[in-house]
This record gives sequence, C-alpha cells and structure tokens, in this order.
Amino acid sequence: MNLLNRLLGSKPSSSRETAKQRLQFVLVHDRSDISPGLLETLKDEIINVISKYIEIDRGGVHVTFSQAERESRLVADIPLLNGRRRK
Amino acid sequence: MAARVITVTSGKGGVGKTTTTANIGVALALNGKRVVCLDADIGLRNLDVVLGLENRIVYDVVDVIEGRAKLRQALIKDKRLPDLQLLPASQKRDKSAVKPENLVQLCEEIGIDHDFILIDSAAGIEEGFRTALAPSNEVIIVTNPEVSAVRDADRVIGLVEAAGKGPAKLIVNRLKPELVQRGDMLDTGDVLEILAIDLLGIVPEDESILVSTNRGLPAALDEKSRAGQSFRNIARRLLGEDVPFESFREASGLLQRLARLFSPNGRSA
Repeated sequence: MNLLNRLLGSKPSSSRETAKQRLQFVLVHDRSDISPGLLETLKDEIINVISKYIEIDRGGVHVTFSQAERESRLVADIPLLNGRRRK
Repeated sequence: MAARVITVTSGKGGVGKTTTTANIGVALALNGKRVVCLDADIGLRNLDVVLGLENRIVYDVVDVIEGRAKLRQALIKDKRLPDLQLLPASQKRDKSAVKPENLVQLCEEIGIDHDFILIDSAAGIEEGFRTALAPSNEVIIVTNPEVSAVRDADRVIGLVEAAGKGPAKLIVNRLKPELVQRGDMLDTGDVLEILAIDLLGIVPEDESILVSTNRGLPAALDEKSRAGQSFRNIARRLLGEDVPFESFREASGLLQRLARLFSPNGRSA
C-alpha cells in the first residue's frame, strides 16, 4: 500500500484480507474433514507418543496444515530438548 | 458430432447460476452455435423467465422423460435467436422425477443436432446436483466473491473432481470493483488462490442484470451492458478464443485517479 493511499484513509487491515484468511482456515478443515478440536486431540496424542522416546518441549509443539494447490499436508513441528534420548 | 455438455453449478443458491446459464446460452447462439439450455432445477423452474420464454411452454423435461411429449415438441425456440432453444424444468414435480440416466439419455438425443447443451443445475450437493452433473463433459462453477459462496464452491469443486468430471472452471459473478479497491471485497485473484482452479470469467455486479431479467431479455443481448459483455467474453473463451480477463479497475473518482497516478505499479491498491 502506498503513502497516498494511506493518507486517503485506507484501513491497515481490510475486511477483504480477513475474509481471505478466514476462508483459508475453514477450507483446510473442510477439505481434510478434520475439525480444530480433532486436531488438538491429535496434537496431544502425538506429544504423548513422542515423549515416550524423546524429551520434547511440549509447549512448543505446533501441528498445522499446509496447503499447496488443492492438496493438504499435516505438518508437526516438534522442538526437542537437547535432542536426548530417554533412558 | 456430439454436443459439448456443460453443467453450471455452484453449491450455494442465489449466486447467479440461472442468469449465467441463460447469458452464456444467448452469447453462444449469437456466435452461431446451436444451443439448448436445459433447466435441471426440477420443481423450481426459472430459466424460462430469465430467458423470457415462460409463456411459450407447453411441455417440460419430465414430459419428455416420461414419454408424454417428443423432444422436439418440448424444445422452445427463441424467436430472437433461432439457434437457441430451451428445455424447461417441470414446475409441479420434484427432483426424483428425473434420474441421472434419464438426463444422460436425453442429452445424447439432443446432442445429435446441437453444438452445446447448457444444464442449469439445482443448488445444493444432493440429488438434483448429482443428476445435473451426470451427462456433463465440462463443468462451470459460479461463485460470488464472498465467504459463504466461496466455501460452498470449494465443496462442489471437490465433489466434481470425485465424480471424475473435473477440472471445473470458475466464474466469479457479481464482483464489485469499488469494494475490491476499498479493501472490502475478495478480488478474483484471492478467490482463485483459495480455490485453485482455472478462471473462465469475471462478471461485475450490474444493475442491467436486474433490468434485463425484469424484461426477459438476457443482458448478453444488450451491447451496452457491462455484465452482458463479460458473458459474451466467456462464450468466446468457451469457443477457444484467447480473450483477456477484464480488470474493472477504471478510476471512478478524482482521489482514486490521483492514487493511481502516485501508485508505484500504476494502479490503485
């Protein structure tokens, strides 16, 4: 957005952008048939399973979808604590 | 040669399926193609009034399927456009009166001496939609740049692909360029990015659509109608012409024109 537009009073966050983000979010769940609630459950179980073998930063785990064209991908980002194996 | 059978569908109701079907039909006929517009929205007949042919109906699609009328008795010829014909929906029956195989067979018969069959689908994703999809070899999805319409379009795109009828093509209908410029409406690019399918056309919001529907004269017949021009462009694209997509970015006020002048990419954001 250029300076003049800003001076003319264009809002910093448009409803167009909000609409786009909300749609992208809802469609990821529509397409995969996985609700936000199910994703949370999935995340908790992934944490539990991996914690049996490796020490992980439980608070730093992110389980999300990534989207490319019409394909969805489940992405788990799991930070390790020192990368140690559990004894 | 067999006709191209194109089903026009949307998921959500009220996005302009019937208007789109009628206007593409008119525009193809203006190009000398022999077109049948088939109203598959059984029980909610509407294509007849949009085309202005409502008072010429004697038989409908259910009469043909159930053998009470021959196909050529039921087809209504548009007097303005000799190449355009309508096969109306039944108003008194419901979706169950037409099975997918009935429509497949009917389209085979119509296809013998026509170039295009445009099927106006029922809204929704149930029986009526599946029946309208059965005979098609191409699918057009109509949506509006608005969250609920785009969400439903996405669902329908998935169903069309699952039925082996994809890839569908998209028409973004009722775009309001002023709202897009102001940042309050999804742009065509946003919709395409979200839905990830090919674009067939962009139709601006246009009062001439309401007026033309009031009169029963589709906007594609009106040289001055902006929406009509978009529908004529869509027909040319269907015929294989490379017609650039409209941008609708003309500056309306002094301020927008100024903004465009100062904008680095030569257009207002």
